[in-house]
Amino acid sequence: MTVRLMQGNEAVGWGAIAAGCKFFAGYPITPSTEIAEMLSRELPKVGGKFIQMEDEIASLAACIGASVGGLKSLTATSGPGFSLMQEHIGYAAMTEIPVVIVDVQRLGPSTGQPTSASQGDVMQSRWGTHGDHPMIVLSPVSVRQSFDLTVKAFNFSEKYRTPVILLTDEVIGHMREKIELPDFDSVERVERIATDVPPEWYKPYGDSLSDVPPMANFGEGYRYHITALFHDVLGYPTTRLDEIDPWIERVHRKIERNLNDIILVEEDLSENDKTVVVTYGASARSARHAVKLARQRRTKVGMVTLLTLWPFAEDEISRVAKTAKRIIVPEMNLGQIALEVERVAGRNKVVRVNRANGEMVTPQMILEAIEDR
Amino acid sequence: MPTQAEHTEYMYLRPTKKFPNVWCAGCGIGIVMGALIRAIDRIGLEKDDVALVSGIGCTGRMPVYMDFNTMHTTHGRALAFATGLKIARPTMKVITIMGDGDAIAIGGNHFIHAARRNIGITAIVVNNSIYGMTGGQYSPTTPIGAKAATAPYGNIEPPMPICELAKAAGATFVARSTVYHAVELDRFIEQAIRKNGFSLVEAVSYCPTTFGRMNKLGSTVDMMRQLKENSVSASAAEKLSPEERETKIVRGVVHDIEKPEYTQLYEELIQRVQAAQAPKPAQA
Repeated sequence: MTVRLMQGNEAVGWGAIAAGCKFFAGYPITPSTEIAEMLSRELPKVGGKFIQMEDEIASLAACIGASVGGLKSLTATSGPGFSLMQEHIGYAAMTEIPVVIVDVQRLGPSTGQPTSASQGDVMQSRWGTHGDHPMIVLSPVSVRQSFDLTVKAFNFSEKYRTPVILLTDEVIGHMREKIELPDFDSVERVERIATDVPPEWYKPYGDSLSDVPPMANFGEGYRYHITALFHDVLGYPTTRLDEIDPWIERVHRKIERNLNDIILVEEDLSENDKTVVVTYGASARSARHAVKLARQRRTKVGMVTLLTLWPFAEDEISRVAKTAKRIIVPEMNLGQIALEVERVAGRNKVVRVNRANGEMVTPQMILEAIEDR
Repeated sequence: MPTQAEHTEYMYLRPTKKFPNVWCAGCGIGIVMGALIRAIDRIGLEKDDVALVSGIGCTGRMPVYMDFNTMHTTHGRALAFATGLKIARPTMKVITIMGDGDAIAIGGNHFIHAARRNIGITAIVVNNSIYGMTGGQYSPTTPIGAKAATAPYGNIEPPMPICELAKAAGATFVARSTVYHAVELDRFIEQAIRKNGFSLVEAVSYCPTTFGRMNKLGSTVDMMRQLKENSVSASAAEKLSPEERETKIVRGVVHDIEKPEYTQLYEELIQRVQAAQAPKPAQA
């Protein structure tokens, strides 16, 4: 256990190393660049490799290539670069190759305001790539959580053979906090399921009890084909409906059957909370302060912090909605996760508190919403 | 005459993959595939130690038929995927297979940067001067004046010289041949794979279905004959005037130099960093 003063971005880098990440490919972009700088320095020390690619498209491609070669891989970017990565997020989902993508959100659209914070990529992180696919997106609230959720992101990615997105923002990424890092050897690391059948029996996309087929790395004696065309159990292109349908069903099922494992929320609720704040990321920091102030004034208010944004915490929010009369959703955008809360809780219960000018939603704004009955 | 099973090529085709292939009758891509297999066989590489990475298009479909570690990636990005794989597995022979639009248009940025890094990847570019799979749109290597589905009045953009681009960007081995000169192609691909650095072979081919039809170039046999008649060896090209040379496909090794390879440099970097990190022995 070491006590350190560090940035959220640095904590992401250390989390990656603790998780066993051995490859980073990226392209400089504010406000994510510290992650690349930190890993260019630290990865070689642990035998890992860093490369600065020619753009974000190439960065995620290189990460996927390295993952196929057996290295846990990370890339980090921000809004415009995240948009360039969308095609390969789809590729990783289609080919079921583990990889972790960090998006340190900045104000957009387009070049927007690179040094200002936002939470404008919530929907892009879920629906940015084309086609139907599941997606796991985690969002930390603090520097220490940036470390923990980076480890989680790698573990989910390996366990479920899927790309995982860590959605942080300029506030969390650049903020410094005094944190205690755990001994890296004590951190739980999940490795991809290796195959135990002889090469001639190996089916890279075959059935398995968990819906996650074992993954052989290139160069280990299991020669097979990877394509982002729809493919059969051997990985070969197919146009057969009886091979496309099972694929679509299985890749969604492998996530949907494990929501208890994947959905992480922090609940600060008491019975009969008539008002509950549902929030995430940097906005959760303001919300926590607002809830504290409200409680000092004896206003009953609960709080739910979403650490997993996608898949959306439907069960948790619908449980809250059973007793709460008002659900306040502060976000640094014009209402993105609020759409999901409204879908689950009903539009008439949801109060949106939005700010999309690069500044944080303030505790005062949230407090006013809490007390505005 | 050898039986099917005795042909070298059959030893490297996937037994589980359903043929026939996707290519049109008379397509030149199959000749490049045969040349690649013969080159790998001649070097004596283990199948497990070879990875084929391709992009999108007719040429991008080549790896699936061959019994290696094969990866069909996205349009233009084969070299970027291959870069990650080569860094993860430096001892593996990583070969990318791309078409002209794939490698030079959408993938042009990755092409020049892979060459600049001199990463130990072999790039094979099958240049048929057209986007075949999408129906014959003009590509960055379509000649000026040629017709294409998106150049109905003739192409006005000058073509990109692929070999010269690779050489200028930093590749250490660059060669060009055609699908008519299949034996020469075997040899160039063999030399390229043996090279420890970024190597490029441009295999000039043709597309009878789109480019040939739209430009009235005749049958597949006619187009094959044109490759023979319109190309000259590098030594013969030296005797031609610059104007004459301009109209010919010049075959041969364009460039062959020695330069440190990227993944080896990175291994050395790791050793340097780790040595500096090691606890120094206590002073007496």
